[in-house]
Amino acid sequence: MKRVFIDGIIKNNMVLVLAIGLCPTLAVSTSAYNALGMGLAVIFVLTFSNLLISLLRNLIPRNLRIPIFIVIISTFVTMVDYMLKAYVPPLSRQLGIFVPLIVVNCGILGRAEGYAYKHPPHYAIMDGLGIGLGFAIILFIMGTIREILGQGIWLSIPGVFPGFKVFGEAFTNSSVLLMILPPGGFLAIALLMGLYNHFGKK
Amino acid sequence: MNLFLLFLSAFLVNNIVLMRFLGLCPFFGVSAKIETAIGMGMSVIFVMTLSTIITWFLYQYILLPLDLLYLRTVVFILVIASLVQFLELFFKKQIPGLYSALGIFLPLITTNCAILGVAFLNIDSHFGLLSSVVFAVSSALGFLIALVLMAGIRERLENAPIPKALKGLPISFITAALMALAFLGFSGFMGLSL
Repeated sequence: MKRVFIDGIIKNNMVLVLAIGLCPTLAVSTSAYNALGMGLAVIFVLTFSNLLISLLRNLIPRNLRIPIFIVIISTFVTMVDYMLKAYVPPLSRQLGIFVPLIVVNCGILGRAEGYAYKHPPHYAIMDGLGIGLGFAIILFIMGTIREILGQGIWLSIPGVFPGFKVFGEAFTNSSVLLMILPPGGFLAIALLMGLYNHFGKK
Repeated sequence: MNLFLLFLSAFLVNNIVLMRFLGLCPFFGVSAKIETAIGMGMSVIFVMTLSTIITWFLYQYILLPLDLLYLRTVVFILVIASLVQFLELFFKKQIPGLYSALGIFLPLITTNCAILGVAFLNIDSHFGLLSSVVFAVSSALGFLIALVLMAGIRERLENAPIPKALKGLPISFITAALMALAFLGFSGFMGLSL
């Protein structure tokens, strides 16, 4: 069971290995805080959809399984969407349509079909947590790289916390703005994937 | 907003792939050859336009009057999935020529977040029917052009000497970064911003 969890984080990493869930990874990683919010939302949806599908796996007929998975997943996505809107409205505005779009993240449907439908609930939960955490970690690293290089601060929360000053005043005034613009997202993920290929696949 | 400006904004300035990060899976998945890129782009134009019209009517005349907004995500994804299935069957029976050209791309489109994303964007921007359709068509054209440009570059990359760790996806991401940088040059064009 521990194996399932660890594999989910490293060997089956959704972003770096399978190249799935790229849209939210690039779109919301402009700051570490946004990335953290998105990561937690995906962990929530993935874990609970895996659990529910695994519990119902003997009741779901084979040829109707995909629409049923989609309904289950979008129910949890709607719950996350409304919870974010109610409790952290600024974060919800920042993440925008990428919260409801968790529903078309092929990684989640892929885990439902490939894992949860065939395994008992406690394994399905560990798989959901592992895969979700693997996704969230990459997202957080991306957010960290882009925020530090792009703004010179780390973990700033709009209206609550100004963020840790990583570099001095001079850097903050003339930071690499490119990194928080769209091209920076592509560059950051290319860098991470290259590093993973270089050190990970030996 | 002026419809022509809306077209320019969705097509170039806020390009759906390079600036909004929607539809990245097919952008990297089917951009190895120019012909497949064109086939995928055409299918997206077709499905995006149809799904925009259907979801717009569903939202304005069913979800909104009945106060069922919380069902938005579920309804939209189910409608798009069934629309794609229906189109696949319809093409197979009625227009075999079109089916052999677009058929293999249709099943992939259900999980293309650009389709659902445009449906949500239309609603969040409070567009009317005409604006929605213009927005959908020009977004899909933007997807097509980004995909074809990318495929053209990737065909050349095959023969380029690339460091081992960057082979495959990483170099494609770097290419996309440079393309995004080029498209960033359009921002501010005719007063349109990101």
